[in-house]
Amino acid sequence: MNASLGYLGDQPVRRLVPVEPIVRLEKVSKIFAGRDGSPVTALGEIDLSVQQGSILGIIGRSGAGKSTLIRLVNGLEKPSSGRVIVDGADIAALPEKSLRHARRSIGMIFQHFNLLSSRTAAQNIALPLEVAGYDKAAIKTRVDELLALVGLSDKRNRYPSELSGGQKQRVGIARALATKPKVLLSDEATSALDPETTRSILDLLARINAELGLTIVLITHEMAVIRSIAREVAVIEGGRIVEQGDVFDVFTRPQHEVTRSFLADEAGRALPPYVASRLQAEPVAGGQAVIRIGFRGPHATDPVLARLARDLSIEANILAGSVDEIAGRPCGTIVIGVPVASLTATLNFLTQYGLDTEVLGHVA
Amino acid sequence: MSPEMIRLIAASTGETLYMVAVSALLGTLFGLPLGVFLATSGKGELYAAPWVNRVLGAVVNAARSTPFIILVVAIIPFTRLIAGTSIGTNAAIVPLTVAATPFIARLIESAIREVDQGLIEAARAFGATPLQIVLKVLIPEALPGIALGLTLAVVSLIGYSAMVGAVGGGGLGDLGIRYGYQRFMPDMMIAVVVVLIVLVQLVQSIGDRLARRLNKRIRHA
Repeated sequence: MNASLGYLGDQPVRRLVPVEPIVRLEKVSKIFAGRDGSPVTALGEIDLSVQQGSILGIIGRSGAGKSTLIRLVNGLEKPSSGRVIVDGADIAALPEKSLRHARRSIGMIFQHFNLLSSRTAAQNIALPLEVAGYDKAAIKTRVDELLALVGLSDKRNRYPSELSGGQKQRVGIARALATKPKVLLSDEATSALDPETTRSILDLLARINAELGLTIVLITHEMAVIRSIAREVAVIEGGRIVEQGDVFDVFTRPQHEVTRSFLADEAGRALPPYVASRLQAEPVAGGQAVIRIGFRGPHATDPVLARLARDLSIEANILAGSVDEIAGRPCGTIVIGVPVASLTATLNFLTQYGLDTEVLGHVA
Repeated sequence: MSPEMIRLIAASTGETLYMVAVSALLGTLFGLPLGVFLATSGKGELYAAPWVNRVLGAVVNAARSTPFIILVVAIIPFTRLIAGTSIGTNAAIVPLTVAATPFIARLIESAIREVDQGLIEAARAFGATPLQIVLKVLIPEALPGIALGLTLAVVSLIGYSAMVGAVGGGGLGDLGIRYGYQRFMPDMMIAVVVVLIVLVQLVQSIGDRLARRLNKRIRHA
């Protein structure tokens, strides 16, 4: 421990030496043979790392390559080039037998659960343990623990056909955790579930992450999933990562067009149709300029619009907006209209407060 | 119907059941691994061996497209080698098994191909070996389909076993031809057909019930 950091008192001491990430992809490419035999690049030069105990969300449209990407982590797919290091081992270079062994420390859950219909909940959870050669008594103890962890102790003898979607995914999670993995891969695990069930599954994953310190890598096409549990996010498009970083930063200051389009549907970012339909690029005489303001961190809850009116006598028209919390930090977006003549003054004023501004256009 | 006729029918029914049971058993014994292999040896599959798969597939198709009565005659030397004779119930088991094996293999292959690929992926993801995937995932999940397939195979074997009667194989077919046809005893012919119908119905309903019991995909009230 570094003695100079002692004054932090009871706060956890930050390690100054960067810790080796538990999952690291180095210049990973995946090239498939296309229909006509010509090579198709599914993933190109992916660099990605996940710290132990973190939750990384990978978001992309269907066909962006996220499925292939997550399957590289447990070796279900082999990269055409590059290295995939999980817990110190190069997954892509392991012989079959060691790879199977390594997979016991990488759990995986699936969109369609992939439970055996011929086995009960308890028997499904027991399967990875049977495969790993645990004895009967150890299997029973572990299965009981896992059923309790996911809240399904009373459903142990039910077949998947007798369970709801959310319950099936809980069985899936318990099965993935059976061999005490260090990493959990989630392949669109909530995409087949309704919003309320999605919420409860995400809560369970967040709890497992917090309590067991399990690293989670998830892929999704829903920004809401990333917002609710991920700490890091990577946006993938056309087989390449176009943006990555802290969820709060990416959500509040999206740099890439694809990220913006994912965020477009988020509450407060979408313009109401009556504004959107009238929006034009050129200023209109006597019209208003439409500005999007992003609030982050300390200023998120400041009454800036009131001050704008008081200090500069500029009256802003609120067109859309929301205040929210991302990764535990407050943030918000509002879209306002101000008279064209006051545009420069307004932007200067807002920038003073450290707010992000974006002129969306003009309306009459 | 005379007691003598009843005794004949009972004895022939016993022979038919014996031939069908033994050949179904042997056919499953050979057909199960063959079917599993056919279902898992395609390109990119668990035991990927596309060439062997293609060759075995062609052999299976050839065996299946040979009319049974021709198969019986064609493999007489092989039957003699195995059973020591080409006449009688035991000898009949040889061509019945030879016909049943590729048929059962195809039925098992298709039952296994019905299993959701996602289950194989899940099993690979938690570190199962190909053999574990076959034994713990594919076969248990395909069991309802396998039960229905085997039922179909047994019903077909009942039909085939009547055919081996034509070449001295014994059983109900033999009885029907020798008494019903050659000795002009229509009541014997009718009795044989009735027994065969009852047998087939029985096998089918037992098989259906078994498949339903094994199928956990449907909720049972």
